Amino acid sequence: MSEPMIKLENVSKTFTSGSGEVEAVRNIDLEIEKGDIFGIIGLSGAGKSTLVRCLNLLERPTEGRVYVNGKDMIKLTNKELSVERRSIGMIFQHFNLLMQRNVLDNVAFPLEIAGEKRKNAREKAKKYLDIVGLSEKAAAYPAQLSGGQKQRVAIARVLASDPKILLCDEATSALDPQTTKSILELIKEINRDMGITVVIITHEMSVVQEICNKVAVLDHGNKVEEGTVEELFRAPKTEEAKKLVFSETAHIRRMQSSRQIRVVFDGRSAFEPIIGNIILELRTPLNILYANTQTINGDAKGEMILQLPDNKEIADKMVEYFKEKNLGAEEVNYVD
Amino acid sequence: MWTEQEILMILQGLWETIVIVGVSTFFGYVLGLPLGVLLAVTDSDGIKPHPMLYKVLDVVTNILRSVPFIILLVVLIPLTRAIVGKSYGTAATIVPLVIAAAPFIGRMVESSIKEVDHGVIEAAQSMGAGTFKIIWNVLLAEARTSLLVGVTIAFGTILGYSAMAGAVGGGGLGSIAIRYGYNRWQPNILWPCVIILVLLVQLFQVLGMKISKDLDRRRS
Repeated sequence: MSEPMIKLENVSKTFTSGSGEVEAVRNIDLEIEKGDIFGIIGLSGAGKSTLVRCLNLLERPTEGRVYVNGKDMIKLTNKELSVERRSIGMIFQHFNLLMQRNVLDNVAFPLEIAGEKRKNAREKAKKYLDIVGLSEKAAAYPAQLSGGQKQRVAIARVLASDPKILLCDEATSALDPQTTKSILELIKEINRDMGITVVIITHEMSVVQEICNKVAVLDHGNKVEEGTVEELFRAPKTEEAKKLVFSETAHIRRMQSSRQIRVVFDGRSAFEPIIGNIILELRTPLNILYANTQTINGDAKGEMILQLPDNKEIADKMVEYFKEKNLGAEEVNYVD
Repeated sequence: MWTEQEILMILQGLWETIVIVGVSTFFGYVLGLPLGVLLAVTDSDGIKPHPMLYKVLDVVTNILRSVPFIILLVVLIPLTRAIVGKSYGTAATIVPLVIAAAPFIGRMVESSIKEVDHGVIEAAQSMGAGTFKIIWNVLLAEARTSLLVGVTIAFGTILGYSAMAGAVGGGGLGSIAIRYGYNRWQPNILWPCVIILVLLVQLFQVLGMKISKDLDRRRS
């Protein structure tokens, strides 16, 4: 396999302040392949934002090595780093547009930094504004745009420097669900059509499910789990990952004190009437508390929360049955 | 009410005041703007932290700011003489005014720059912008309305200082007001001077705020 686009080796970042030391990120190893849409998910304070800033050295790791596009980032001089950063675009939760420049000049800004004349830069910027569908807003100022439009401008601004990598730091967290979807769609297009590798920092499992192919779970600065999104969704291994994956059904599980099980169906198991079979076989009804279909990486996945019967023997048998069928069965009894 | 001579004197004073304050504000910014930028940039949360340099600038700025202007005026007489050749008159007033205004302007510039959203600076860094480009295109460009408000404040303050310079033989309306109003008790000279000074500050304030507001693109 070719060299990964991004490679972290044993990266740690410790902040020292008056009140002591905080280890924001601890001994992280990570490999992100060219063309990946890689999710880094974790609750707030997990160190995600610090980790993503270690990729373009907005934060300098206290320990470890960072390789991007084959280059040892930490060894670069300031000048070389500036050049390298142009191929690593970044978008932010709060968009971070220049408020005193109009939309077109915002997109032209990275080109000006790279030494283009303002006139040329503006000419090129028009093309990128067109890609994100905001040509008619060229003369508007950021304050006149909606959140989604601002993020589109930020994306056009990133594209203007023709990057190989796009880092998204909670890029949809300030947007409503509908706008989030359209922004994620745009990011997906960029990944597919321009071959740009994408790294997505988020605290929302739905974002990862919508767009990522691989994912790493971060907790208190540690990488606790890593794999494909499908694996994580079907059978999260660690407590931290479970918390994130199961968070959407927490309100349903809270209502019931009995034993509950979460099963995940995919195309393979959908042909077999599994729940019907179980009920017939064990002659005990099974209550469906929650059911939903999710698209993960383009595949439809069914997710269900089932309430198990009070009879422990029968309940155990049911769990076993689901496990045998390889449905990622996991008991998810709610504990506050 | 006024002799022709008195009217001419007041007009002359007005012109001198405008020159003194205008030139002093200009040179105050020539020194104060770089000072403010350096203070903001080298501070621990700036884009190029440099604790030593910051400390030195910080202390020097504070010392100059804490000397009362009327004292500074006297202390700086040798410097004034070295620069303009004499220690009284219009040109001589400008030297101590600039020295007094620069640290004050520096602080205002520093605080204007620190209002710039850190996220925008980070975005520029992520695009590979160097320190100089960030200072020019992000810090100063984004802070421009706040900087302009600072200019109007600086103008008003320097105008106030310039009246004090009158006490030691500087030129301008302040000097006339003190000589004729205070020393000779001639209210017919004192009041026009005061009123013109007030109007001057008002005019500049209104003008400055309007320009600053017109240039601000943060409102929709």
